Amino acid sequence: MSDLKVDEETGVETTGHVWDGIEELNNPLPRWWLWTLYACIVWAIAYSIAYPAWPMLSGATSGVLGYSSRGEVAEDIAAHEAKNQGLVVEFAAVELAALDPASDLNRYAVARGGSVFRAQCSQCHGSGAAGGVGYPNLLDNDWLWGGDMDNITHSIRHGIRNDTDDDARYSEMPAFSEILETEEIDAIVEYVTSLSMPEFDAGMAEMGTVLFQDNCASCHGEKATGDRDLGAPNLADAIWLYGGDREALKYTVENARFGVMPAWGQRLTDADVRAVSVYVHSLGGGE
Amino acid sequence: MSSQSLYAAQEPVFPRRVKGKFRNLKWWIMAVTLGIYYLTPWIRWDRGPNLPDQAVLVDMASRRFYFFWIEIWPHEFYFVAGLLIMAGLGLFLFTSALGRVWCGYTCPQTVWTDLFILVERWIEGDRNARVRLYHGEWNIRKWRLRLTKWVVWLAIAVATGGAWVFYFTDAPTLLRDLGNYSAHPVAYGTIAILTATTFLFGGFAREQICIYACPWPRIQAAMMDPDTITVAYRDWRGEERGKKHENKTGDCIDCMACVNVCPMGIDIRDGQQMECITCALCIDACDDVMGKIGKPRGLIDYLALSDEPAERAGTPATPIWKHVLRPRTLLYTAMWVSIGVGLLYALFIRTDLELAVSPVRNPTYVLQSDGAVRNIYDIRLRNKTGDARILHLSLTSDEILRIDLEGRDGLRQLEIPADTTILQRVYVTARPNDAAASLHITDLTFWVEDLDANVRANQATTFNGRE
Repeated sequence: MSDLKVDEETGVETTGHVWDGIEELNNPLPRWWLWTLYACIVWAIAYSIAYPAWPMLSGATSGVLGYSSRGEVAEDIAAHEAKNQGLVVEFAAVELAALDPASDLNRYAVARGGSVFRAQCSQCHGSGAAGGVGYPNLLDNDWLWGGDMDNITHSIRHGIRNDTDDDARYSEMPAFSEILETEEIDAIVEYVTSLSMPEFDAGMAEMGTVLFQDNCASCHGEKATGDRDLGAPNLADAIWLYGGDREALKYTVENARFGVMPAWGQRLTDADVRAVSVYVHSLGGGE
Repeated sequence: MSSQSLYAAQEPVFPRRVKGKFRNLKWWIMAVTLGIYYLTPWIRWDRGPNLPDQAVLVDMASRRFYFFWIEIWPHEFYFVAGLLIMAGLGLFLFTSALGRVWCGYTCPQTVWTDLFILVERWIEGDRNARVRLYHGEWNIRKWRLRLTKWVVWLAIAVATGGAWVFYFTDAPTLLRDLGNYSAHPVAYGTIAILTATTFLFGGFAREQICIYACPWPRIQAAMMDPDTITVAYRDWRGEERGKKHENKTGDCIDCMACVNVCPMGIDIRDGQQMECITCALCIDACDDVMGKIGKPRGLIDYLALSDEPAERAGTPATPIWKHVLRPRTLLYTAMWVSIGVGLLYALFIRTDLELAVSPVRNPTYVLQSDGAVRNIYDIRLRNKTGDARILHLSLTSDEILRIDLEGRDGLRQLEIPADTTILQRVYVTARPNDAAASLHITDLTFWVEDLDANVRANQATTFNGRE
């Protein structure tokens, strides 16, 4: 150190730094502050040994305490599962149709089913369960195969029109383009339109009535109100799975539709299937 | 190399006993604040059989704040936020008017340090005895006095942490549980932490906390101006300081009383300092000396720096009230009052039955097979009373829209237990040919009514038809 400057006023050395004529005094730091610094260094070393700390090429040092946040989450999940154990046992034994909507068990089932739904079902049926073209809206009161708890559970467990499950619901409409003339199909479409729409061609509909009774009534019923045992949709109501305008109807009659749902009983636990049934039933359309 | 050490051991401060009006004020404030702190959790308040009967209770587990007749729910946390803002503005107001009065009189660090110094003086004697003891060797007497002091400090520290936990759960129950070691570990942990910090900060760190740890000394500088009333030394009257026989002309006789009583260990005669907490004990000490030597009091005094030129010239200073009432303080007061009035208004219009309606927008509407249109709403009902209630749900336009409660089989009534929120899914349906079924938006209002108590609440929302 070449030239130590000492402040006249206080007799303390300066650091030599000057701002606007104000000089910085080189006052000593408090000793306890120094010791706190040493303690922090010791703590940091101990901490980096005890906990995961040092980044390596792949991953990081694991720390002697074996702590991981993943493990902490796993513990949390295990703790919650242990907490719900009573409800799980109770839920496995309960008759779903007899579940009291105001009970804790029902709340548990709806919450569990809701999370299963969002993870597994929302891709097709939508996060709000409103479905889309070709994917049934689960919020309304129209059910192809029945909307009571047992029917909903059956549809979810075994699926619709898939070959992987022998109990899957199965319905198949013929493609009428190979059976009927275009004009005849147009007449049937006009008849179906007349069932739910105010504007239609009365002559064509009249002709369609006869054709409908000959070709379609065996599944959809004489009054076109459908048949849940066959999975035949009601054509006289306001709800259309593939659209209710003439163009969509014509396409459906000509080519038929073939929607498929997986058999969730093969992929989910029985409890999850039951829970998601309760959830779907609770969406407002359950019977 | 430099001759002085880079690091210095702490200079201990041994404040001398002092008597006077500010010291008395500090005693009173200590008694009142500590009294409030220790006794508040033990005030009982009858809220009925289903609610806790503790007047002030921060119930984290059930997420309720109880403050006498006021019960704050999580969604009403703006009350707490508002009070915190008022506390902040109040601090600004007092700082701009009177400097660091908070630091000097009511800051917990000051109050507990004062209490710890009181204990220290009782056990080890006043300043001179303590200085002797500090420099003396560690003999049996020193050990005895030190251990006694530390035990009493520890007892105070335990009581400090012990009082804190009572604000968060029923006090008598917790006291019993603490006694037979069955209380929650969090309670013991909190007591242990607060005991350690109180013992350390009040006993050993004292003025170091104010100087190094607390950010307030730095912030306060922005809130003070020359009109702020602070503790200051009238150097124009005191200098040239010294003993009379030394032919010094000032009133200050350099007796060091102001320095010896200072809990921060500073000399106020050096002028305004960051360390000064304006506790005014130096004023008491100096006034005492001035009285003894037959001079007027006020050599060290609460005064505004802007008065210095007038006082130096011997002309009358600006009256205190003119210093205190100035645009800055009036603005702080106005802000403080307006927030207070707002909170009071919010408190006044609050009801103990609340309804919150969230329309389910995914999807916005559901078409039914007969052409009817249904909307779904999640309704949150809050019963803030201590009794279960039977509530009836209805709509303003009942004749057009039908209302159904999920899982209630057509019933429109539901029972809500005391002090509870329930979430109820509600379906509202417009018949196929009604306007609401085809209109994009129809206004509608939900009503919830307790028929027994004749209490109602409502919330407006909208109904979405087929577009």
